Amino acid sequence: MATTPLVRAEAARTATVAPLRLTAWRRPALRALSIGLFLLAWQVATQWDLDLYVRFQNIPSPGDVLAEAIELFGSRAFYVHILASLERIWLGFAIATALGVGLGLLIGWFALVEDILLPTIELLRPIPAVAWVPISIMLWPTERSSIVFITTLGAFFPIVLNTIHGVEAIDRQLVRAAMSLGARRAAIFREVVLPGALPSIVTGLSVGMGVSWICLISAEMISGQFGIGYFTWVAYGIVKYPQIVVGMLTIGVLGMLSSLAVRAIGARFMPWLPRRDKAGA
Amino acid sequence: MTAVASDVPTGRIEITDLGVVFGRDDRRVEAVRRFTLMTTPGEFVALLGPSGCGKTSVLNAVAGFVPPAAGHVVLDGEPVTEPGADRGMVFQQHSLFPWKTVLANVEFGLKMRGIGARARTAQARAYLDLVGLSGFEGAYPGELSGGMQQRVGIARVLVNRPRVMLMDEPFGALDAQTRLAMQELLLGVWREVRTTVLFVTHDIDEAIFLADRVAIMTARPGQVRDLIPVKLARPRPAEIIATAEFMALKARVLAQVREESGRAWAAPRP
Repeated sequence: MATTPLVRAEAARTATVAPLRLTAWRRPALRALSIGLFLLAWQVATQWDLDLYVRFQNIPSPGDVLAEAIELFGSRAFYVHILASLERIWLGFAIATALGVGLGLLIGWFALVEDILLPTIELLRPIPAVAWVPISIMLWPTERSSIVFITTLGAFFPIVLNTIHGVEAIDRQLVRAAMSLGARRAAIFREVVLPGALPSIVTGLSVGMGVSWICLISAEMISGQFGIGYFTWVAYGIVKYPQIVVGMLTIGVLGMLSSLAVRAIGARFMPWLPRRDKAGA
Repeated sequence: MTAVASDVPTGRIEITDLGVVFGRDDRRVEAVRRFTLMTTPGEFVALLGPSGCGKTSVLNAVAGFVPPAAGHVVLDGEPVTEPGADRGMVFQQHSLFPWKTVLANVEFGLKMRGIGARARTAQARAYLDLVGLSGFEGAYPGELSGGMQQRVGIARVLVNRPRVMLMDEPFGALDAQTRLAMQELLLGVWREVRTTVLFVTHDIDEAIFLADRVAIMTARPGQVRDLIPVKLARPRPAEIIATAEFMALKARVLAQVREESGRAWAAPRP
């Protein structure tokens, strides 16, 4: 994440040397074409019921999906699912942020805390959050709390590990500079460690948001009674195939919007970083 | 700039038989051995020597970043035990806080002393003016050239009115033109703010042009090989480096530095 925007910004800068007008419309047009071709391929495959080992007979066409989407977004019931998922994401992500950033800062800054906590974190980290579902149902009294737990778990590990990395990667020279300007330990933590680790923390939050969506949807599909993941899985069970695709696309859009929100909020807290080029975003 | 000039003569550094050691056991490197140097308050001393001779280690010991393995560092009668704002350090590069504006970087030391926002902004602005950076208060370090960043670094140290300003090859990463301009600027600033300066460099011209005395260091483990007073009149214009007097000094310094470089070259690397 640290290098790609730079490379893109560099590319964009050199691109301005070339005839500007051409590239100005060319790239958006190419991108729109990419989506157009995808929709066309989808339409062709479903309209002709292609059977090329992968079978398209039961796959709804773009038109079916659009009609279903219009109907669903006109109904109250669909929003109940969306709100249930958003509430779980928000809760899980907020808890994971508080825990992950808090513990990450402590682990990165105090060797003692690192020795006490990091081995357990490293031990539990490789377990996919979905594998926690049975234990989570046993642990937590309600469906809501157990799904929030899974969501928290998914976001927690990337957040805590990136925070630790951010603290440990802080330039020692900056710490020395602060000391030779009269800063004590608490001030160094507040003025140097915290802002110095922030870019890495935001990376962790961005990755954590993505992972928490994956965990939420998986958990909802396995054990939910509400939520967009539950909705999508049930649509398959009751043979409402266009609803599956509407559910998928809704998940995709919500996931994308929440990642964008995390990045936008992060950028607001880091005004010193060069702005990302619009063409690269 | 009488408001910022120091009135009590402070900044007497006494470094006695200093030893600095890195690592331990078989990876032990003795950077400095029996290094002795005294400065008078307000003096500009350049530490000159081949790379790896321990110049920076001496500076780090005076700053309080590394504890002496032997000997003492005493400043105005008090032994140095930890880093402090009375011994501000200007590093070679990349030492400004990237997340703070130019003004906030310069205000940092005042903030650490608990000085109110209004007073510290006024003082920081005065020092930014002194290094010719008025108008750049709101910029972030990443938006400045290397030379401008170093000027902020100097202002950030001087605003604390330190007894000693420690400079670790502060212009070493700059191009030749900028370096020359920075050397002149530093002398101009130093004329206003008479603090003791300990300036590490491997550039002979730079050492002679700036300093009252040039301490030539031996190859590692470093100690002072010779202390050469520079009796060139001040203020020194840039053209002074082409005078016969300057050339004669340079020849004398160069002969010694070359001998030590040769020794450093021949020595086994740790």
